Amino acid sequence: MSVMDKIASSKRESFITNSPWIIHYDAASCNGCDIEVLASLTPLFDVERFGVVNTGNPRHADIFLVTGSVNEQCKPVIEQIYNQMVEPKVVVACGICACSGGVFKQCYNTMGGIDQVIPVDVYVPGCAVRPQALIDGVVKAIGILRAKREAMLDGKPVPTPALRVGAELEVVRHSPDDEPAPTGADASDAAKETK
Amino acid sequence: MATKTVIPFGPQHPVLPEPVHLDLVLDDETVVEAVPQIGFIHRGLESLVDKRDYKRFVYVAERICGICSFGHSLGYSELVESLMGFQAPERAQYLRAIFHELSRIHSHVLWLGLAADAFGFESLFMHSWRLRERILDVFEACTGGRVILNFCEPGGIVRDVEATELDGIVDMLATWRGEYGQIANTFLNDSSVRSRLCGVGHLSREEVIEYGCVGPMARASGYANDIRLAGIGGYGHLAEFAPVTSDEGDCYARCKVRVEEVLQSVDIITELAGKIPEGPVFEDIKGKPADGAEAITRVEQPRGEAFYYAKGNGTMNLERFRVRTPTTTNIPGMAMALRGCDLADVPNIIMTIDPCISCTER
Ligand code: SF4
Repeated sequence: MSVMDKIASSKRESFITNSPWIIHYDAASCNGCDIEVLASLTPLFDVERFGVVNTGNPRHADIFLVTGSVNEQCKPVIEQIYNQMVEPKVVVACGICACSGGVFKQCYNTMGGIDQVIPVDVYVPGCAVRPQALIDGVVKAIGILRAKREAMLDGKPVPTPALRVGAELEVVRHSPDDEPAPTGADASDAAKETK
Repeated sequence: MATKTVIPFGPQHPVLPEPVHLDLVLDDETVVEAVPQIGFIHRGLESLVDKRDYKRFVYVAERICGICSFGHSLGYSELVESLMGFQAPERAQYLRAIFHELSRIHSHVLWLGLAADAFGFESLFMHSWRLRERILDVFEACTGGRVILNFCEPGGIVRDVEATELDGIVDMLATWRGEYGQIANTFLNDSSVRSRLCGVGHLSREEVIEYGCVGPMARASGYANDIRLAGIGGYGHLAEFAPVTSDEGDCYARCKVRVEEVLQSVDIITELAGKIPEGPVFEDIKGKPADGAEAITRVEQPRGEAFYYAKGNGTMNLERFRVRTPTTTNIPGMAMALRGCDLADVPNIIMTIDPCISCTER
């Protein structure tokens, strides 16, 4: 490899994608997912050994972990944090509340999932989300972060998913005569009934 | 006179796992006034009683808060049972008490970690959360969930916990206790911890009563109100214990009360596991709540007294469900404790009331 190639490839390799910093914000959640986000930083799961560091400052963060559904009052806060983060950035919706509104979907003060307000790249379902799933989601987010960075280096527009204002999450059916798959609290109810 | 500055604190702040906003009015480095503003995570889940019937609403009630989730399902189940004039089987009552105490341990140890983080003792935070995972392992083995358990329902407990499993829990707690003793020692005796906590955010016994503080916050100022030992919703008849109190009323006392309550909970679990009766753990509740029937109940959550109210309307849905949670009543006390403190002590004082904002706003 020539020196010029090395310089070119070292520009391509970035500490951002090898050691992403995360910021966590609790939109209208029940706390269950928040403590699981924190639990994945602590000794049993310890994502810090992969270089993932928790930060309180949006301007230092590459990955935005959001838990919980959105309401009118926290909407501007989420938008502000998102806008303060520098590109490339990835948003991970943690928990079924953040994906679709989950158990609180029918509440009068809930607008639905995070994708009603900011573009979401990775959806991690679960109520509460398990740390293992969360780590998997962050690993996926690192791949997306890398792709976004490559696009920026090539001078292409950064791929950003669309907002899904008013849209429902797709229901995946395994065979045509399956019942519609339940979501959120209904899912836990259904799981309970089959016990 | 020096000019006053207003510093916004939160909703997104490194020490706060949950969003709450405070306007801190400062005179130099001293806080003159703290004005709390809440509502960032209001979801309005009490209104869901229209959409879920009274048995299925327990899954929503459990999601009032993810930390004291078992406590809320316990409170809701007891509420529905007293609304229907039903008594849960005795073994279920014992198991409920055991799991409620386990979740108290998990909540207090979680809090100890967050408090250590707030005063900048990172390794203590990590050790507390490492110990907490052992309690979560018990939850996972017995119920399948780590934080949201779906274990307690109107009518009893979903799944029986066998005698061998109970023995396992008691054995585990006996070894756990030794490890916990080490971090408890650091919390109580380490000079850097003491220098951050002693004498900070003082509230006297009279103030605590006047502002209506509950739980460990009130007990740390010498006001021994423990709902577990008083009337409705208590289980003082199942196990023998006395409220843990302290007289100093500062952040250190609040920390000390929680550290000691963890050990007390271990004792209660050991005692209950030794004398739990055999029998069924679940009985289905039949029928609908009568029109106009009302019920209340109280539960001593890890953070203090939670109060539940329900009204029936003759259908499967409840007319009204209402819960008043401990943090709601502790916030005025916190705002008063913040008056006159240094800016650097603000995170400590906020953490020592153990704020649970998602309970408060529901
Ligand atoms: S997904 Fe479940 S555990 Fe997570 S915030 Fe929502 S209700 Fe709570």
